[in-house]
Amino acid sequence: MAEPLDTRKDYQNFVNKKSPNSPILKNCLNAFWVGGIICSVGQLIWEICKLNGLETQTSTTIVSIVLIFISAFLTALNIFNKIGKFAGAGSLVPITGFANSIVSPAMEYKSEGYVLGVGGKMFTVAGPVLVYGISASIIIGIIYMIFGLVS
Amino acid sequence: MKKVGKQTICFDNPPTILETASIVGPKEAEGPLAKYFDQCLEDEFWGENSWEKAESKIIKNTVHKVIQKSKLSQDKIDFCFAGDLLNQCISSGFGLRDFNLPYFGIFGACSTFVEGLSLASIFVESKASNYSLCTTSSHFCSAEKQFRFPLELGNQRPQTSQWTVTGAGSAIVASSGQGPFVTSITPRKNYRHGN
Repeated sequence: MAEPLDTRKDYQNFVNKKSPNSPILKNCLNAFWVGGIICSVGQLIWEICKLNGLETQTSTTIVSIVLIFISAFLTALNIFNKIGKFAGAGSLVPITGFANSIVSPAMEYKSEGYVLGVGGKMFTVAGPVLVYGISASIIIGIIYMIFGLVS
Repeated sequence: MKKVGKQTICFDNPPTILETASIVGPKEAEGPLAKYFDQCLEDEFWGENSWEKAESKIIKNTVHKVIQKSKLSQDKIDFCFAGDLLNQCISSGFGLRDFNLPYFGIFGACSTFVEGLSLASIFVESKASNYSLCTTSSHFCSAEKQFRFPLELGNQRPQTSQWTVTGAGSAIVASSGQGPFVTSITPRKNYRHGN
């Protein structure tokens, strides 16, 4: 008979001891090669744009647009979540993960209508990233301006 | 019926669980308990166009089934205790509205069914009711939508993460019968590990 578990901490320790660990090495490896492929695809699109005589800035924008489209399309086909489950951060960290985090709530909440469902809930996952990402960049911009690092 | 100790109620004439019914989803049907369920669904939507509607349909059909199995006429059921995981307990509310039964909406997360069974037993024991019905439902997809992330989001789940049941269970509690009996109830104090 096991010792009775008195506190929440004891219980957590007991659970941690019994539950299997995530296969970190395998996850890292999968994230690495899938993420690498996504970035290589981006680079390939960029090179094609450059070959066709586009400017660097324009090519970069086109890469983002194409990757966002592919990710959104695969999300709609119920394929992206399988890639995400397999690759983890590999598909989450590139812009593909961001596109997925906006398209998936939009699909999920479509059943609640286009205004309050799709419109209202679209940013439930990506919202915090946008709010704090944009806020942080504004604060950093002000700091840069004060110290005269940007003319 | 009397209170024993700090939080237990003991019944003098233990109410009996007259009949039970359950309908579950496709994942539950793959498990070792499949043969004990009344019906296993092949499709998580069950012909509906949203998970919430599917969950309502599951609870509605489960209640229909338990009444049918008990061979009682519907107006013999005095009170119904029901709850689920969704906002305003919509799957129970919408699932039960066609039955025209007096309805108590309850919420206890994982403990909703036992909560309903306890209250139904107290009603039967106190003679406020001859037959009380308790039921609950949950749906993996609607629960994920309500509490966690959209299904299409490409995130990873830990190997030990829990999986909300798709399905519903119902029981009719009566004052006398063959058993099993509810002899006493002890609600737990809500101070750790959810419900």
